[in-house]
Amino acid sequence: MSDETQDNKHAPNVTRRRFLTALVTVSGAAVAGTIVVPMVKSLDPTAAAAALATTTIDLNPIEPGMQMVALWQEKPVIVVNRTPEMLATLDETAQKGLLKDPNCNVPQQPPYCKNKYRSRVPEWYVGIKICNHLCCIPHYRPKKASVAPWWLGGFHCPCHGSMYDLSARVIKGSPAPHNMAVPEYDIDMEKKSVVVTKMYPLAHLC
Amino acid sequence: MSFKEWFVKRSPLPEMWREHMAEYYAPKNFNIFYYAGSLLLLMVVLQFLSGFLVMAHYIPTARDAYDSVYGIMYDVHYGWLMQYMHVDGVSLIFILLYIHMARGMLYGSYRSPREIVWIIGYTTYLAFMAEAFFGYILPYSNLSYWAGTVITSLFKSIPFIGHWVTTLVRGGAGMSGDTLGRFTALHVTVVFLVIVGLIVFHILYLHKVGSNNPDGIEIKANKGPDGHPVDGIPFHPYYSVKDLFGFGVWLTIFAAIIFYAPTFHHIFLERTMSTPANPLKSLPDVTPPWYLSPFYAMLRAIPNKNGGIILMVVAVLFPFVLPWLDKNPVKSTRYRPITRIMLIIFFINFFVLAYLGEQPPLPKYFFPERLGAAIYVAFFVLLPLVSKFEPTRTPPARVRFRAH
Repeated sequence: MSDETQDNKHAPNVTRRRFLTALVTVSGAAVAGTIVVPMVKSLDPTAAAAALATTTIDLNPIEPGMQMVALWQEKPVIVVNRTPEMLATLDETAQKGLLKDPNCNVPQQPPYCKNKYRSRVPEWYVGIKICNHLCCIPHYRPKKASVAPWWLGGFHCPCHGSMYDLSARVIKGSPAPHNMAVPEYDIDMEKKSVVVTKMYPLAHLC
Repeated sequence: MSFKEWFVKRSPLPEMWREHMAEYYAPKNFNIFYYAGSLLLLMVVLQFLSGFLVMAHYIPTARDAYDSVYGIMYDVHYGWLMQYMHVDGVSLIFILLYIHMARGMLYGSYRSPREIVWIIGYTTYLAFMAEAFFGYILPYSNLSYWAGTVITSLFKSIPFIGHWVTTLVRGGAGMSGDTLGRFTALHVTVVFLVIVGLIVFHILYLHKVGSNNPDGIEIKANKGPDGHPVDGIPFHPYYSVKDLFGFGVWLTIFAAIIFYAPTFHHIFLERTMSTPANPLKSLPDVTPPWYLSPFYAMLRAIPNKNGGIILMVVAVLFPFVLPWLDKNPVKSTRYRPITRIMLIIFFINFFVLAYLGEQPPLPKYFFPERLGAAIYVAFFVLLPLVSKFEPTRTPPARVRFRAH
């Protein structure tokens, strides 16, 4: 049987061919998809990284007016034991109109921290010590007039000069757009300890 | 001028496409064995992808390597899938390599004018052996440790410089984290690149002389008025579509192994892989993976250290000269019954040796091992004589082919 007679006998059925091509393309894409998804997923943070997610901080050594920084998920978390005088500055900064977002309307903190203290317990500020501008680590500057003559205490970023009050609310004139982020945490005042559990998903770190 | 014209004018790709795909004429009588080549290509791509993804989580230090591999299995999302793809992929590559080489031996694909294709291909096989060896050192299990110790000890048999070479390879007096560092580097860079380069040259050299076929006759000897072989069909779309079908079947088998028998009864992944390296405790029995064990059986067959190593090296190197050992004008064993029987004995013997190499080193296995080694060597020694004097049938003028 020569090739020509064969061709006449089996004239190409174009519809059938198109259907088969489409079938192969779709099923091939499905197969590729089922393997690409696990492949990309395998580059996600591992379960081991997730297991390191929480950090417990002991509050006992932190005396009034002092602060401590702990490492949580490769990020510095600052805990400040604020004195009544320091808490009083929070009203003052708001009244003077120094703040971009005095009422914390931007969800930079969990709902239970949406107050002027930006904390669960007024004395204890727990927040991520990362400047909202470009991810630098601001300095803690609690002394009055230590950054500028009008300075009431707060955080000052060494990179681009962003300023925050003692609740880490950003001060007008700073390049940083928002208040510094507060993670989700639990505080146990009997055991005097803080457990930082996870990032507040709506908060914008930097 | 459209973008396509602008691009084509500057691009070598359309020409390469024509030369190697659309106008590469391959014999129309390929059979099932001819799937192995394209499947090997697929497997190398999959090994690259899964290897890249496990490498992203692997730590090549003596202290962390073993735990990081367990981290991949338990903590990385779908890490078990990447790990098993990479581990089982090795065994599947060797299955395909053996099918591919057996095909070449059955149909005389190593014969003139394809000697260089054969030599490059066989070199690729050796490079795969090296790649596999470096790979199974990396988990730094107790098997890795002792396999590495044993294999690197082989270099000690090199006259005069043996000890220096062994120390150089290990990066110290024995296996250590330093060995792990250089083996990781070799596994992911040099040896892998060598394999890729050899595959490219294997295909380029093949396409220069054209593919052989089960009948072992040259299709280029019979060209039609259009200048193309009468018995040839363009690789694309005929064989590319056929290979795509092969991919589907093969990936189904691959997936079934990964999901239902990832260790394949501890043949693809040995039990001794699941204890960490311990320099103070040797394994109950040191056996190589199945794909290297025929040569290991030959190593053990001779009760003399250097003798065994020499036999193993000779056995590994023998296939290089195969194109010049075969003196018969007929290529395919379809028309050479005696050579075909010899080959089938050779293949069976190879897998018997693989089985023997996996057994504990007991005296009862010494005789079969020696017999197996003798049959292996005898094939190559007898081939020049047999091929010269054996009776043959006349191959057909055109390839034997029945349209489907």
